[in-house]
Amino acid sequence: MRVLPLILAALVPLGPALATEDTCEAGTGLVPAEATLPRAAAALGERHSLDIVVLGTGSSALPGPAGDRAAYPARLQAALGQLLPGIALKVVPDIKARQTAAEMMEQEWQRIAEQRPALVIWQSGTVDAIKGVDPDEFRATLNQGVEMLQAQGVDVVLMNMQYSPRTDAMISIDAYADNMRWVALQHDVPLFDRFALMKHWTETGTFDLYDAGKNTDTAERVHDCIGRLLAGLIAAAVKQAPAAETR
Amino acid sequence: MVVLRTTPEPISETAPARAATAAPAGRDLRLDLFRGIALWLIFLDHIPSNIVSWITIRNYGFSDAAEMFVFISGYTAAFVYGRAMRERGFLVAGARILKRAWQVYVAHVFLFVVYLAEIAYVSKNFESSLYAEEWNIFDFLKQPDVTLFQALLLKFKPANMDVLPLYIVLLLGFPAALWLLLRRPTLALAASAALYCLARTFEWNIPAYPSGEWVFNPLAWQFLFVIGAWLGVGGTERIAGLIRSRVVAALAVAYLVFAFAIVMTWYFPRYGYLVPRWLGDIIYPIDKANLDVMRLVHFLALAVLTVRFVPPGWPALDWPIFRPAILCGQHSLEIFCLGVFLAFAGHFVRVELSGGALLQLLISLTGIGAMILVAWLLSWYQALEGRGPGARRSPNADLAGGAV
Repeated sequence: MRVLPLILAALVPLGPALATEDTCEAGTGLVPAEATLPRAAAALGERHSLDIVVLGTGSSALPGPAGDRAAYPARLQAALGQLLPGIALKVVPDIKARQTAAEMMEQEWQRIAEQRPALVIWQSGTVDAIKGVDPDEFRATLNQGVEMLQAQGVDVVLMNMQYSPRTDAMISIDAYADNMRWVALQHDVPLFDRFALMKHWTETGTFDLYDAGKNTDTAERVHDCIGRLLAGLIAAAVKQAPAAETR
Repeated sequence: MVVLRTTPEPISETAPARAATAAPAGRDLRLDLFRGIALWLIFLDHIPSNIVSWITIRNYGFSDAAEMFVFISGYTAAFVYGRAMRERGFLVAGARILKRAWQVYVAHVFLFVVYLAEIAYVSKNFESSLYAEEWNIFDFLKQPDVTLFQALLLKFKPANMDVLPLYIVLLLGFPAALWLLLRRPTLALAASAALYCLARTFEWNIPAYPSGEWVFNPLAWQFLFVIGAWLGVGGTERIAGLIRSRVVAALAVAYLVFAFAIVMTWYFPRYGYLVPRWLGDIIYPIDKANLDVMRLVHFLALAVLTVRFVPPGWPALDWPIFRPAILCGQHSLEIFCLGVFLAFAGHFVRVELSGGALLQLLISLTGIGAMILVAWLLSWYQALEGRGPGARRSPNADLAGGAV
């Protein structure tokens, strides 16, 4: 994980990247470009609609009165609306703070099955890492959850934990991050690698996450970038999907 | 930062002392060299998001410095305590091993206190709209009655503090393992392999607090320790042909290349599709807790090639450039603890100064410099107290060594 920023820094042509105003661009190389979301693409093709549920914990929300509008689910809706014009788009955050993946599955699955969204963005990992849930159980929960959703015709994007420089050495997240990656690989599910992105932003100086504590502005810009990059991933994936099927 | 007095136990023994007392079975400086390097790598890996840690081996294959450390510790422990057991019997050698386990326990508790101090400090300055979720790690500070007891029982182990508890459990089981290794080495190795397989198959592990299990499962990792020990009591001669074999070397190279390619697809997700699904189904997940076979084989491949290119008595081992690593490897418990402590301190500095790559480089170099300096001081103390080259251990040395 640590060799990445160096190599990326060498690969990214610096001139144009610095010229654009879009700071989020600094992370596009870390977002899977060839992802496919066939079920969401089918829903889009048949109904011209895209219902997305963001299933997450505390790090999928921001506090305060403006938090709902500034957090990445709302930013995703705004950015995706621009990328896919003329579509009935709905992003519903389903945020339950301090829930492990297993607790989330137990409590929210029924509701998701009734809502029948086209896509679920499943953000998880931090709570399990803090509580020290057995990584094998964590993986089993993710596997089960992804399989259940796919069986119901719902696509999944997995999102891993935040990079938090101040507490980095204090939470052992490696095992959980690895397991999320493997579940994503095994089920052909895109992994939105929030950890690598935020780490990259810290190392390249895009955002000062050491100081993000007191600075709500930084927090909002980080969420905005996450929402926009996520929108880019989803838009590319639903456009690619039909082509992938005919191949 | 010297927690423990240096005693002439395996981990801190000076090479000249061994070389002088027993010429045929002289201490293998390669062990000290690679253990010293492993200690540096562990230190670099423990500093969060350290740009320098991209050089560490875990970025290029499945295994990491933990495997090096456990394997070499097994080899050295068998080498030193094996002779003690032959010369002075099971009781004396067993008692020494248990004393060593106690020292490691005390070192672990010391590090835990350092960790508590750091986390308590960080929790006071941690208000964040972005990291409300991460704040929950400070929960355990609210109930010290439970947490401290669980820590003393080795069930509550904060991040990066899992190696010493593993080592303690390995040492507790080592008197019996060594007894068998000296009589029926192959049987001992087979028993260890069987326990490894059983623990992996039936998911035996030690429970942890607040939930889950040990990050380094001793029942699985003991296999690598015993492999090292088996080689340390004479196994190297048995497999000398295997090590020299070109076929084995070619297989090892092929496996390392394979591991490198797989690991690269983790860093460049867009090439992930190059790993065929059936292959992914076989190799994933790579389970560090239970010493995954992929990791074990990766380490053994590295070891075979290392031994091939760095033969015993390699002249370069005397070069001054290797001296610092060898010094660190000869005081591995102290230097390991110092490394963990310095990693905490380095994190502290980074949080306060929020500097860039240059600061990280500075922290890394300063840390390794401090490790070398302390290792050199420890050797100097040893020589000062007449336990250096050629001196035989006095009865008082053991007594003094037990005091903390």
